[in-house]
Amino acid sequence: MTAVWVAIAVLALATAGLKLAGPLALGGRPLRPGVMSVVELLASALLAALVIVETFGNGRALVLDARVLGAAFAVLAVWRRAPMIVVVIGAAAVTAIARLLF
Amino acid sequence: MEGAGERRRAGIRRGLPFGIAVFAISISFGVLARPLMGPVAPIVMSIVVFSGSAQFGALAVLLAGGSAGAAIAAGVLLNARYLAMGIALAPSLRGRALSRAGFAMPLVDASWAAASRGDGTFDPWYLVGVSIPQYVGWVLGTVVGVVLGSRLGDPKALGLDALFPAFFIVLLFEEARGRRRLVAAAGGAGIALVLTPILPAGLPILAAAAAAVAASRLRS
Repeated sequence: MTAVWVAIAVLALATAGLKLAGPLALGGRPLRPGVMSVVELLASALLAALVIVETFGNGRALVLDARVLGAAFAVLAVWRRAPMIVVVIGAAAVTAIARLLF
Repeated sequence: MEGAGERRRAGIRRGLPFGIAVFAISISFGVLARPLMGPVAPIVMSIVVFSGSAQFGALAVLLAGGSAGAAIAAGVLLNARYLAMGIALAPSLRGRALSRAGFAMPLVDASWAAASRGDGTFDPWYLVGVSIPQYVGWVLGTVVGVVLGSRLGDPKALGLDALFPAFFIVLLFEEARGRRRLVAAAGGAGIALVLTPILPAGLPILAAAAAAVAASRLRS
């Protein structure tokens, strides 16, 4: 149990540190234009990486499982401009049904 | 220019569907964490860490019999992207260090992406607003998961693990408009695919930032 509490305390501090490092060190000062144009593109790159890891990742491996069908539903639903809640709940439902059937 | 309160309220409205999704995700965290951590620790963890990827990552290590150090390392790596997001956010935060810290603490993926104005700057009050329903949803969902526990059944059988990719797909579609952003997204996806089998979890996501550097060299 001690390990659990140590992990919680250190992770809380480390997460805060990661979030605060940039704003406390650089806050308010404008970045150079070259850096700014990277920042502008950072969200697209990181979000796409998160989609891949959450769809295919299983620890240090890539796997194909029922999540892929849920993610495919999500892509289709976003494409058809479905509301966010339909997209995410639908993705879970498709994944659950796929696991039930196969 | 709208007032801070107005921007925050607009953010809260925007954050409500994220809050519902996060609520469902954190139920599965509570269900999975309870047998190992007991009833209190998972809730405390959601209150003070407030990060799905780090909490699930650390839990997976502990469930596999790993040490506290290994769990911490996994969580920190999974959250390393917050360093990049914080640096991106920094120029948009004015005022004293304490107020900048106050805006940076609620930073989570969905809020950061939603508050992005598209020109490299961010709307700080909107970011705080989008985070509020997610924080409430995250903590409440953990409580529900811990209380109901295994009576809910296996979170995977309910497809709850598919909420993560769906969540990020919504954000990605809103963000990746225009040629350079599509190139950055494709590059980030490719880097994650190649590096996931090679590097510890979390690092491939941070490495995907290289795609933003590469895409910034393109003409818009």
